[in-house]
Amino acid sequence: MAEDTPPVHEGDGHEGDAPDAVIPPEAPVDAEPEPEPEPAEPEERAYSEAESELLARLEGELGDAVVDHADAYGTLVVRVRPDAWRRAAEVAKTRLECDFLSFVAGMDWQPAPREGDEESSDTSAPVQPTETTFGAAGSEGRFQVFAHVESTDRHWGVTLKTDVTDAAPSVQSWVGVYPGADWHERECWEMYGFTFDGHPSLRHLYLPGEFEGHPLRKDFPLLARVVKPWPGLVDVEPMPEDGEPESSETTAGSEEPT
Amino acid sequence: MSARAGDVEIAPEDLRHLADAQLNVELDTGDMVLNLGPQHPATHGTLRLVVRLDGERVIAADPVIGYMHRGYEKLTEFRTYPQVTTLINRIDWLSSFANEVPFIWGAEQLMEIEAPPRAVHIRTILTELSRIATFLLFLGEMGLQVGALTPPFLGFRDREHVLNLIEAATGGRFHPNFNRIGGLKDDLPWGWIGETRDTMRIVFDACNTLEDLLMGNEIFELRTRSIGIIPGELGAGYGVSGSNLRASGVDWDLRRDGTPYLAYPELDFKVWTHSDGDSYARYWVRLQETRESARMVIQLLDQLPSGPIMAKVPRIIKVPEGEVWTETENPLGQMGYYIFSKGATGPFRTKIRSASFSNVSILPWLLRGVYVPDVITILASLYFILGDIDR
Repeated sequence: MAEDTPPVHEGDGHEGDAPDAVIPPEAPVDAEPEPEPEPAEPEERAYSEAESELLARLEGELGDAVVDHADAYGTLVVRVRPDAWRRAAEVAKTRLECDFLSFVAGMDWQPAPREGDEESSDTSAPVQPTETTFGAAGSEGRFQVFAHVESTDRHWGVTLKTDVTDAAPSVQSWVGVYPGADWHERECWEMYGFTFDGHPSLRHLYLPGEFEGHPLRKDFPLLARVVKPWPGLVDVEPMPEDGEPESSETTAGSEEPT
Repeated sequence: MSARAGDVEIAPEDLRHLADAQLNVELDTGDMVLNLGPQHPATHGTLRLVVRLDGERVIAADPVIGYMHRGYEKLTEFRTYPQVTTLINRIDWLSSFANEVPFIWGAEQLMEIEAPPRAVHIRTILTELSRIATFLLFLGEMGLQVGALTPPFLGFRDREHVLNLIEAATGGRFHPNFNRIGGLKDDLPWGWIGETRDTMRIVFDACNTLEDLLMGNEIFELRTRSIGIIPGELGAGYGVSGSNLRASGVDWDLRRDGTPYLAYPELDFKVWTHSDGDSYARYWVRLQETRESARMVIQLLDQLPSGPIMAKVPRIIKVPEGEVWTETENPLGQMGYYIFSKGATGPFRTKIRSASFSNVSILPWLLRGVYVPDVITILASLYFILGDIDR
């Protein structure tokens, strides 16, 4: 188990012919982390056959309610207009044969406000970019609801997104289509403050009834760090190879214990 | 003075009894609210179940969760990628190693790093070992819920052999924190492979013993057959996954049907399903899957490649901008992470899809109309971990 010895395989009789020394890692390429059916090297990721089929069916039913679409490492991401959110679920269940609801969740794209920002030595959280950017298939504003559904029969899945307005964060409920959306929407309601029209009973799921605020919004601070600074702050040492610990970019990473 | 009921002559004094009987039938017994938990042995933690009863029959059930909510989705935003694995070990604490796999896989996809084959194989072995450990506990525990005291001892005893293997390889019985982006922390220790082969024999023996003890046992069958039936289609709509869904006849296993991950495409294994969808079927499917996992471990040991266990990764891990959804077949069902990265050292947001959360969300539907003692066996047969519900 010494870290620097090459991984010599102890004798069990099998695969004794393999050389003990290190094989170049490229030698037998295994099928693990390359999930796309086709190599997706270029920036503009091409759609796989299943993704094109899913997109064609969605666009066939929803028409111009499909605002944007993209590929995220082998998963089709489709953004639909908010008024077509429930219709999208119905189409996914019937036309796409996606009978399995994986999750419904909220998203806040606004970067979290930081006290000292770059210059500060606060390494309690990794430094995130300060400008607001939106992920695959874009977003209108700060808030989004996204969900993933899958087919147990066709073995494909699609991530659906829709925009939620800042002023009145509300979106149609999926409970009538996927009964499992009940708890996911309750969670989303208390964590982000989005309401779901048509949900039978939006009440607290995880948090106590008198809890105020929406913890997963980016402007909600992590209270544990407010009450008491991150204890790791005191024993952050610069890594020997990193050189200048002042470079604000890398300070967050150097806290990682190895 | 006599009255007629049908064609039978009834004496007046008998008529009085008849009236009493009628009165009893119409008596409204009223509903009773029974609070199961938050500390009940069948709940594996702190799940509270508020059930409304009419006599012995449940007319409404409302699970109250959140006693163990730790806010992991928020906490990941304050951690670097390597630190997040420490957290997610504690989601489903019985199969912690399997929790790490989809997250690391997602980060590796974003960074376009591929773990070397030996690391991939060892990851697969440890994932299957944690599945065996989790299921052995279930196979024993289920006996306890129907009043059999021997199976839990056997389950706990034999699980310990598997946990010893995990501890020997990773250093932790429950929280290995062994995965690294691009590979693993260490190689396997000396003698581990032989030990694992021996332990797999113990696992097969344990499965046979438990099968002998419970399957075909009259009490066990009475308590589990046609109790808590989940129709496959409805289960999928609720997001019920894993063995619970396969016990409802849905032939869907991400190891075979999902995006190829780990070394599963190279393995030869059978996906077990049962058409009944009741508690018995869930037990049966997990029993078969334990054996199947042991077979997979042996296959993996036979074809374990040599080579490095870490790919080349930068010292400070920065994950390029992008979003990725990874899902794996974990012991309790589908586990997934939706990682949003903005190019920093930590994730911008992580959506954690845990299996038990969705598995338990079907309870209000499933418990309606069952008898109180069956609530216990249904809870046990769904097999959830509280950390996996509350995150």
